[in-house]
Amino acid sequence: MTQGTRLVVDAVTMRFGGLTAVDGVSFTAEPGDITAVIGPNGAGKTTLFNCITGFYRASSGRIMLGETALHRLPGHRIALAGVARTFQNIRLFGGMTCLENLLVAQHRRLMAASWFGIGAVLGLSRYPAAEREAVERARAWLEATDLLDRADDAAGSLPYGAQRRLEIARAMCTGPRLLCLDEPAAGLNPRESAALSQLVRAIRDGTAAGADPCSVLLIEHDMGVVMGISDKIVVLDHGARIAMGTPAEIRADPNVIAAYLGEDEPA
Amino acid sequence: MNGAALKDATLCAAVAAVLFVPVVGLRTAPGPTGPLRIEPHFGIVAVLVGLVLLGRLAIIAWQARRRPTAAETPRRVARVMARSGRYVAPALLALAVLLPFLPGTGRYELDLGILVLTYVMLGWGLNIVVGLAGLLDLGYVAFYAVGAYAYALLAQEFGLSFWVCLPLSGLIAGMWGVLLGFPVLRLRGDYLAIVTLGFGEIIRIVLLNWTNLTNGPNGIGGIPRPSFFGLPFSSGGEPGSFAHFFGIEPSPVQRVIFLYYLILALALLTNWVSIRLRRQPLGRAWEALREDEIAARALGINVRNTKLTAFALGATFGGFAGAFFATRQGFISPESFTFSESAIILAIVVLGGLGSQLGIAISALVMIGGFELFRGLDEWRMLVFGMAMVVIMVVKPRGLVGDRTPTIALGTRKAIGGGLVGQGQG
Ligand SMILES: Nc1ncnc2c1ncn2[C@@H]1O[C@H](COP(=O)(O)OP(=O)(O)OP(=O)(O)O)[C@@H](O)[C@H]1O
Ligand SMILES: [Mg+2]
Repeated sequence: MTQGTRLVVDAVTMRFGGLTAVDGVSFTAEPGDITAVIGPNGAGKTTLFNCITGFYRASSGRIMLGETALHRLPGHRIALAGVARTFQNIRLFGGMTCLENLLVAQHRRLMAASWFGIGAVLGLSRYPAAEREAVERARAWLEATDLLDRADDAAGSLPYGAQRRLEIARAMCTGPRLLCLDEPAAGLNPRESAALSQLVRAIRDGTAAGADPCSVLLIEHDMGVVMGISDKIVVLDHGARIAMGTPAEIRADPNVIAAYLGEDEPA
Repeated sequence: MNGAALKDATLCAAVAAVLFVPVVGLRTAPGPTGPLRIEPHFGIVAVLVGLVLLGRLAIIAWQARRRPTAAETPRRVARVMARSGRYVAPALLALAVLLPFLPGTGRYELDLGILVLTYVMLGWGLNIVVGLAGLLDLGYVAFYAVGAYAYALLAQEFGLSFWVCLPLSGLIAGMWGVLLGFPVLRLRGDYLAIVTLGFGEIIRIVLLNWTNLTNGPNGIGGIPRPSFFGLPFSSGGEPGSFAHFFGIEPSPVQRVIFLYYLILALALLTNWVSIRLRRQPLGRAWEALREDEIAARALGINVRNTKLTAFALGATFGGFAGAFFATRQGFISPESFTFSESAIILAIVVLGGLGSQLGIAISALVMIGGFELFRGLDEWRMLVFGMAMVVIMVVKPRGLVGDRTPTIALGTRKAIGGGLVGQGQG
């Protein structure tokens, strides 16, 4: 079931030559939670994400999603295991429309329905129904991210905030159990940030676009967003975990204040 | 602005001068006493350099005038293109179908038509690899060669008929596509281009040197001509031949017309498969890879296998075209499969507009047909031709049809400007 898939990150280390970007980090992200990973620039947050989502192979340590050992899977299998992600520097298919972006995200399902392309070319009857269903799912996510009126526009022509939302919609169209967001609020104005918080909560609770509830792993610098929606926060500094707890605990943690929040957080 | 333009143009003129002095300015001619001597022709050089200077200035002025309206022009052009595009494609298709029966169409026109259609088909085949999947393949001619040799050898050694050999040749070429693609498709961009270039040359050199099988540089002759589903075309009109069966006068043009429709059908098959696949998950995955490979992988697309399907499918169509080439010529040799063939096919795809079926057809018509048109210009032909290509790329940097049409829409399909569409990094 969707519920009950816990992400366990166990002593993950990632080295680039002499540089240890992630240093023995452990934490668990409970199902149905929004777990935030914060830390100063260069702390190793994105690198940790890349290990979880299969873009890097961790130098050591284990990453388990439920019973699945993510650290052993090749890159494209991670998505099939139920992990979806967005990128710090947006990576949309800029020359394709929003709708096409969301259909590419459902590639696996559609490929299976089209007999890996052969049946679809010959016009077998199972494919059109599968495509209709995929379009409906895409439409639901476009609506949930307030992009329905831009459905037929090129993704590359959208304003920045809309591109961020589209990337989230695209990730969700893969039908994930765990959504990894890398700085989704970067570059958004306060109103857009608030809407984003709403959206992420709805994704966690399974109230967006009729999808199942989905755990969220969130990297974010915007403390308003992080403190507002996180159930649990993991703090990294120089690759190591320096604190972990609820927003209230993190706010009061002297290590965190020293490393990071001190200069950023007024309250 | 004006100073910069002048500087730019002067620089171009200087480059032109350096190029033209040895190429055009100095010619060898037999001297009065016998031995060759070098004759200077600096007048022509001065004219050419002047032309380059003025041309460059004109381009700069034109671009400066165009820039302020850059935002609206493409949209206007796009709309016009989209509207006319709806009629251009059917018109071209009708012309292609009716060509053999148009008044004034003789043997020469038909042969030219066959040549153009062969390149249209090759362009469409390569378009799957370069235009859709964004894999820069500089060795496409290798699969053309594999198809041609597969056809020639199967037909000669095993006496198989054309209709058996044709799919087999495509299959063999496709297999070679997988074989070559498997190790190299992890490379990207320039590296992939270099390796495919190398493969193109390797295949040609193997064909040259594997004399037992391929007869080396002498090539393979006497390749069986295609039959009309078992009825041979013969000039005698004896029982069992095409002309006898249909009760018409035997004429050599019948075979040419048959070949013409054969390549037309093959090209349209390529077109149909490409158009259809583009609207399927596989085609969308190709385009997604072209746009952003990393994002595609994060969505669960198996990058290597998806690239491999594009490579293999492109190779298959190249193989079909090769088989057709072999049966039409009746003779093949490694000469026909040099790098310049790959370059021409790639130029057709790029000039036509990556990913655009219509653009590629037009550009094959312009490039191959136009080249024939300029036959009267003798040695200036290449120059005119090169100039035409440069002009196209300056005026329409994304090719004749640079816009991308979405594969699906909730409302109406809007053409996507070429500037937004990725060109693939490998
Ligand atoms: N592929 C790589 N090769 C070498 N070093 C890398 C690589 N990727 C990241 N690093 C290094 O690892 C460290 C952590 O980088 P990372 O991108 O994970 O930081 P981050 O916490 O995401 O920072 P930011 O908040 O700026 O996004 C940095 O010092 C970075 O230079
Ligand atoms: Mg980062």
